[in-house]
Amino acid sequence: MRTAEAFRMALEALRVNRLRSALTMLGVIIGVSAVVILVAIGTGAKDAIEDEISGLGSNIILVVPGQLNFQAAPTQSRLDLGDVNYVRRVVGDPSRVTVSVQSGENIRVGRNEAFVTVVGTDENIPNVFERPLKRGRYLTETDIDTRRRVAVLGSEVSQQLFGDLDPVGRQATIAGVRFRVVGVYEKVGATFGVARDRETHIPVTTAQRLLGVERVNGIAIGASGPDVIDSLGQKVVDALTARYPDEKFSAVTQTQLLGTIGTVLGMLTGVLAAIAGISLLVGGVGVSNIMLVSVRERTKEIGLRKALGARQRDVLGQFLIEAVLLTTIGGTIGIALGVGGSLLIEALSPVPASITLWSILLAFGVSAVVGVFFGVAPARRAGRLDPVVALRAE
Amino acid sequence: MTAFEAAGLTRSYQLEGVTVDALRGVDLTIGDGEFAAILGPSGSGKSTLMHLLGCLDRPTSGVLKVGGVDVSTLDDTKLAELRNQMIGFVFQSFHLLARTSALDNVALPLVYRGVAKADRRKRARAALEAVGLAHRLDHRPSQMSGGEQQRVAIARALVGDPQVVLADEPTGNLDTRNGEEVMGLLERLNADQGVAIVLVTHEPEVANRARRQIHVRDGLIERDVA
Repeated sequence: MRTAEAFRMALEALRVNRLRSALTMLGVIIGVSAVVILVAIGTGAKDAIEDEISGLGSNIILVVPGQLNFQAAPTQSRLDLGDVNYVRRVVGDPSRVTVSVQSGENIRVGRNEAFVTVVGTDENIPNVFERPLKRGRYLTETDIDTRRRVAVLGSEVSQQLFGDLDPVGRQATIAGVRFRVVGVYEKVGATFGVARDRETHIPVTTAQRLLGVERVNGIAIGASGPDVIDSLGQKVVDALTARYPDEKFSAVTQTQLLGTIGTVLGMLTGVLAAIAGISLLVGGVGVSNIMLVSVRERTKEIGLRKALGARQRDVLGQFLIEAVLLTTIGGTIGIALGVGGSLLIEALSPVPASITLWSILLAFGVSAVVGVFFGVAPARRAGRLDPVVALRAE
Repeated sequence: MTAFEAAGLTRSYQLEGVTVDALRGVDLTIGDGEFAAILGPSGSGKSTLMHLLGCLDRPTSGVLKVGGVDVSTLDDTKLAELRNQMIGFVFQSFHLLARTSALDNVALPLVYRGVAKADRRKRARAALEAVGLAHRLDHRPSQMSGGEQQRVAIARALVGDPQVVLADEPTGNLDTRNGEEVMGLLERLNADQGVAIVLVTHEPEVANRARRQIHVRDGLIERDVA
């Protein structure tokens, strides 16, 4: 028998039992679309977070006191501006090192008020972070040296306090002290839930006086290239440890963050895909079940076909193709629904979804394999039926 | 050439641990173009003999040659091919595929022979014309009378140009008039095309229309009247 003939026969058999075929496919359809959608959500989440991290800038090393541990409160910093200058000497290029002192403060303009993150920093921000200006200027060395009361606003802060007015040159009151706005940042979005558009940057020296602190919270270094990130981070940590033998310091790089988060989200995606895969397996069991029923129901037909000259492999092929068609047609519909569902989720909900080719190919491949795997047993049973017994069946 | 040549043919079954001897040593030769009837009461072994002759089953012992080929030398695949090439079947209950047109039912044996679709349809149409059903090509079994269905089955048995047609109670499910028509058709095919016909029946008046009556009883050939 020709293969095309076997496909035609199988399609005919599925067409004759339309409702049953559709219900059998439903299990596979649900399984495959679940795989596609869940993998799309997992991948979307991973992409979104990786975008956030790389949106910070490139080749950034964050030096923080203590060990980076998301489960504990941050270590009390013992670093001060002297240590920052020390790190600048270690790094070699002072313009690649910037600093931050942070505090949540009220900022007021006329009757508009906002609670923002005030960041005391310096003129090297644009050398380290990806932080383009919309208006005005960055902080300058003179601003730091002379403790000027000047501020650069995040885009959201500017919008909230000044609306559509150009804030450059206007006054704003931070924690009761009057500042002059010298610049506004472009919108950059959030990283790890830190709304960077809600920051207000002031000179670090001014911030220390305003907040009454000597310390700085952290140091950020922009490495000259990706290949020196790890060695430079280690060099800085070693230098700081040499200076304070009793303290611990950590250098966190984007690569580390990406690596850790990538692993976690990769696992999450894998788990989601596995759960969806189980439903695909259940769909496969359904196919097997229905094929067994079908073989039993068509015992007489099988006997007749054998009497007319169908070989074992002809009958086996016919039923196997039926099972594979059930799962691959179901798989194709499932992929269409999965892609449609992912696009809908992406469009209508805040959940990011990113459709990946591998999940589609995998889902299709798995459904075909499921068809073969779960179709073989019923098909073999059909192929091995004794024609005499089969013809007598009622 | 002989259609069938059997020597010392036996067939026993295991039924719940008990051995049942359905055939106990049958010697039989049926030549090309013969018209023979196998008669016997139910349980005589005539159906078993028919299954063995049709290569649907294998003998427990003895030698069976179909068209000169010893079937014991053939594996299941070759046996299926032998059925396809040499033997046409007509069953008591027609055994047509429901939801399938007369034309496609008749063409089915050619599917397993690997004949191309256009050729299949041409030959199936010719076979249906030969049994007087040129006007029923696209009808489904449920749209035809019993007599018409059996004629479709005869067309299906003939479409592959077999050496022999095995008919198992071909008139058993038909009224007298339709039974008469089917028998007439088988006689005509035997006379015109030289196809050997072996029909299994328990009705003497049907058997009497064959030129040879083989009486089977208790698994043995009791009488062979030509």
